[in-house]
Amino acid sequence: MKKEQYLNLYYQMVLIRRLEERGAELYQVGKIGGFMHLYIGQEAVSTGLIAAREPRDRVITAYRDHGVALNCGISANEVMAELLGKATGMSKGKGGSMHMADTSRNMWGGHAIVGGHLPIASGFAIGDQYAGNDNITICMFGDGATNIGYFHEALNISKIWNLRVLWVCENNQYGMGTAVDRASAVTEIRQKAEGYGMKNGQVDGMDVTKVYEAAMEAMKFVRESSQPYLLEIDTYRFRGHSMGDPERYRKAEEVKKWQENDPIGIFNRYLLEKKLATRKALDEIEARVEEEVAKAVEFAEASPEPAMEELFTDIYAD
Amino acid sequence: MAKITMREAISQALMEEMDRDPAVFIMGEEVGVWGGTYAVTKGFYDKYGAMRVKDTPIAENAIIGGAIGAAMVGQRPIAELMTINFGFSAMDYIVNQAPKLHYMFGGQFTLPLVIRAVGGGGRQLGATHSQTPDAIFAHFPGLKVVSPGTPEDAKGLLKSAIRSNDPILFIEHATMYQVRGEVPEGEYTIPIGKSKIQRTGKDVTIVTYCKGLELSMKAAEELSKEGIEVEVVDLRTLRPLDMEPVLESFKKTNRAVVVEEGWKSYGVGSEIVSRIYEEAFDYVDAPIIRVAQKEVPLPYNRALEQAALPQVADITAAVKEVLK
Repeated sequence: MKKEQYLNLYYQMVLIRRLEERGAELYQVGKIGGFMHLYIGQEAVSTGLIAAREPRDRVITAYRDHGVALNCGISANEVMAELLGKATGMSKGKGGSMHMADTSRNMWGGHAIVGGHLPIASGFAIGDQYAGNDNITICMFGDGATNIGYFHEALNISKIWNLRVLWVCENNQYGMGTAVDRASAVTEIRQKAEGYGMKNGQVDGMDVTKVYEAAMEAMKFVRESSQPYLLEIDTYRFRGHSMGDPERYRKAEEVKKWQENDPIGIFNRYLLEKKLATRKALDEIEARVEEEVAKAVEFAEASPEPAMEELFTDIYAD
Repeated sequence: MAKITMREAISQALMEEMDRDPAVFIMGEEVGVWGGTYAVTKGFYDKYGAMRVKDTPIAENAIIGGAIGAAMVGQRPIAELMTINFGFSAMDYIVNQAPKLHYMFGGQFTLPLVIRAVGGGGRQLGATHSQTPDAIFAHFPGLKVVSPGTPEDAKGLLKSAIRSNDPILFIEHATMYQVRGEVPEGEYTIPIGKSKIQRTGKDVTIVTYCKGLELSMKAAEELSKEGIEVEVVDLRTLRPLDMEPVLESFKKTNRAVVVEEGWKSYGVGSEIVSRIYEEAFDYVDAPIIRVAQKEVPLPYNRALEQAALPQVADITAAVKEVLK
């Protein structure tokens, strides 16, 4: 990676953090409705992962999708507008927090039925294989999604049909409030790929450079061999499952221990130690992000509500 | 006009569309090497190869979910459910994903997807393999549900479905593949969402579709011998529902019977009757009667199964009742 790329990753991680912190405030005052799942603590995962893709590679993820949307190049304005349900959101205010997508940036959603998007990801790869290209589908999901039938049907078909799918399990240790060892027969999720004869790996998800390297290697394998690969990325969400989470299932000390491994802090120290950035450069990035987020909130608040006619548009394409 | 079977009509539609558009492919259980469990895709595997006629594992979520994904990225898959009853295993995709993805993302995704499903009772397959759950699927905005009753309609509607950019559930009846009917020579399509008067008459309107059409046409023949002329309106598409021919016919006859193979409660008939009462109440001369399946899980025993399914005699009796 070049120096600018490192700084760009840092910028993306800080942008996710600040945008979501503002989002949480707006949620508390009722400007954002529905369910909202914050990515705070997991920023290194999608930032490192998506930095490794080619623009032609497709990304699909679950409902914890704001960070992924930003990493794919969707603007803070559009993300914030969709959160506020405005007409200027990328889904015209009809999708909300859990349904962010922009096909022009190869971000295919934001899907909120746990595990449900995995067979759809296989389908993207079926379509690309049928078209004869070597695009990769990068499918992200949580540890909780690996205990449901969809996961197994999707992995199986990706293996027997030699589909170019990079399965990415973001193991954040909990499926809602249920710890991995209470829900999954194996706590090391990557082992599940073994049952399908699928190549797999595991990486520390709090270190963006490690995620990036593991993702590069996995994507090279998927593209060149036309085989799926399962990459387990271990991480931790610092906030609750969603905004309405009383967090009775984990201890404050545990959260505190993980927070000491803040992915932004780790990367900040790394950049300074390796002399890839000066303190001033990082401060500037943080200031730039603050401004960008403030402008996004302004943009979203000033944006119009969807017109009432929108209620009946896009039910069918024909 | 050539007289061909329902099986041949569906097979011709698939083949013509696959020849016309390279983006069209088929995926499902035993569609390829086996030739389709109802022999609809016999010969397809040899003609088009494994890439266009994909034998899948027995994994309905992978089939329908996979077809949705392939459609989203620009292909035109036809996913086959060996029976509509297996569709319940993929219910999330059929009712909770496919109908929502276009709308929920502000029109960004389109799903040119056809799900072919075989439904219906009468083959002694027991309660879990014999259902006619069409009304469940027709409940969901965003999905289109088509269920033809003649070879001509099956071919023309299936071709339209394959060319459509919306997700379409195309329901065929397990006992109707040998039904013969006139089919136009050469290229034709029939628009989705248009009901059709299949027989004209002045005394009573029968509203029906799919297997109900076959039974209703037989009932109409018998009634005609007794001097009763029924008009048979074939819905052909359950969603979007075209009520116009139904209402036009009803305004002429003022009496109606609705015939469906599924259960009566919360069924297609319930919807049609409500719509007639809402939109043509002033024309009602007699209470409308619904002919439908008895409210039991379908039994295996032939006599019991037939007793549960609607019969021609049930329809003729209902027509005479509304004429009283």
